[in-house]
Amino acid sequence: MRLYFHYISIVLRSTMQYKASFLLMVVGRFLLSFSGIICIYFMLSRFGQVKGYTLGEVLLCFSIIQMDFALAECIGRGFSSFSSIVRQGEFDRILLRPRSVILQVLGSRFQIDRIGLIFQAVAVFVYVIATSAVNWSAGKVLTVVIMLLGGTMLFISLFMLEAALTFFTLNGLEAMNVLTYGAKEHGKYPIDIYGAGMMKFCTYVIPYTLIQYYPLQYLLGSEEHWYYGIYPFGIVFFLAVCYGVWRFGMRHYQSAGS
Amino acid sequence: MRKYKKYFTFFRLQFNMGLQYRVAAVSGMVTQTLWGFMECLAFRAFQETDGSVYPMAFSATVSYIWLREAFMCLFATWYADGDIFDGIINGGIAYELCRPVSIYNMWFSKTVAGRIVAAGLRCIPLLAVAFVLPEPFRLSLPVNLTHFILFVVTLFFGLGVTVAFCMLTYILAFFTVSPQGLRVFFTSMIDFLSGAIIPIPFMPKGVREIIELLPFAGMLNVPLRIYSGDLAGIAMARGIGLQCFWLVVLVVSGKLLCKIAERRIVVQGG
Repeated sequence: MRLYFHYISIVLRSTMQYKASFLLMVVGRFLLSFSGIICIYFMLSRFGQVKGYTLGEVLLCFSIIQMDFALAECIGRGFSSFSSIVRQGEFDRILLRPRSVILQVLGSRFQIDRIGLIFQAVAVFVYVIATSAVNWSAGKVLTVVIMLLGGTMLFISLFMLEAALTFFTLNGLEAMNVLTYGAKEHGKYPIDIYGAGMMKFCTYVIPYTLIQYYPLQYLLGSEEHWYYGIYPFGIVFFLAVCYGVWRFGMRHYQSAGS
Repeated sequence: MRKYKKYFTFFRLQFNMGLQYRVAAVSGMVTQTLWGFMECLAFRAFQETDGSVYPMAFSATVSYIWLREAFMCLFATWYADGDIFDGIINGGIAYELCRPVSIYNMWFSKTVAGRIVAAGLRCIPLLAVAFVLPEPFRLSLPVNLTHFILFVVTLFFGLGVTVAFCMLTYILAFFTVSPQGLRVFFTSMIDFLSGAIIPIPFMPKGVREIIELLPFAGMLNVPLRIYSGDLAGIAMARGIGLQCFWLVVLVVSGKLLCKIAERRIVVQGG
């Protein structure tokens, strides 16, 4: 763990060499999904609600998914840019070192400019808390924390899965983006608005509903579904599966690049 | 005609280069199909919630989404030519400046070609899928022949407006050197203003009227809505007129800015 923080401090120092560029990126990230928020606002103020969800409820969902994704990208950037690590032969060097492989991959990249996105998601979140009709209780606050943990873990698992597939394809698979960026983008609405088929897919294939739909029902709804709040812990199993694929892929790794 | 032969060659070179990346294109296509489908489902949910305030025919929204995905590479501002930015940062541009060609025309033809190839590769399979999807998510045929012809014409105008605008960002990169932040900023603004996130008719009345006057409305908004007949009659004529107006303004100002930039250029590294 100490080594990981050391890695991060190195990456941070190198980023800080270009302060102006860094600040512009943070501001850019901040504005990037700002347009998304405006569009949600336009849609919801035109229609009033979508399948029973009001503006505040959609924004709550949106801000949590944004934070999940931004945190996961911050930490798991090494996985999502893994194809370039493999192709440039950087991975061979990583394998030679007597330290955990995952630690080194994660430590090689750390995207601090995602902080812009986090700021913004937090701002939306605060707005939602101030305006929306959620009746906060200790359990619900805890649920939000668990949702963030589970969601971040889910996206990191997906990044890891994507990286594991790189062992076989060498090139990054753009199709995986649907599962990561797509989920971040379309996860702004509670999954049940997309219909029953999508609900099944997002529960049994990739367990998005565990970190979004179910805990959200508890946050917005009644106390009797309190157990929905601990659903995000289910992501641990998904993480285990993705880790399995990663291990399997690593055994099949043949060097590429020079 | 001979004068333009060299630009045509740039065009062909870029075209061949684009063809090298077929696997990436297939993978991207799968992504876009699923992406478009999700978006259709979301709009469907809104329509089912309250159909009375839904501002366009649902089939027009579906066509809009599929055409946007199919021709994404024509209009996506983030599909900026990385080569050009790299050239500006690492100094490769010095060689291009030595060539006896207008840098504006060269970049313009390069970018147009790059976009047409990328879109050409992607649009055919994507459109094929979109045409056979089950109702209500199927891409419908254009309303009539006139609209189809106008769709094709305005598609190219829209591409022209998009590239002319991107040229401005390339040229601005001469002055700032660190184009990353600029790019991220422009991308998010234009996605929103051009109607790439939600179609312009979904915006509230006052906002909509202003946005329709801006050059960004002439990018994908005009051709895609002409296709489905959502834009017709006087509104259509006005849309096309504005498109032409902005195309001329953007190209002229780009060329002027390019002249200024060329004069004061400092090459970074070599």
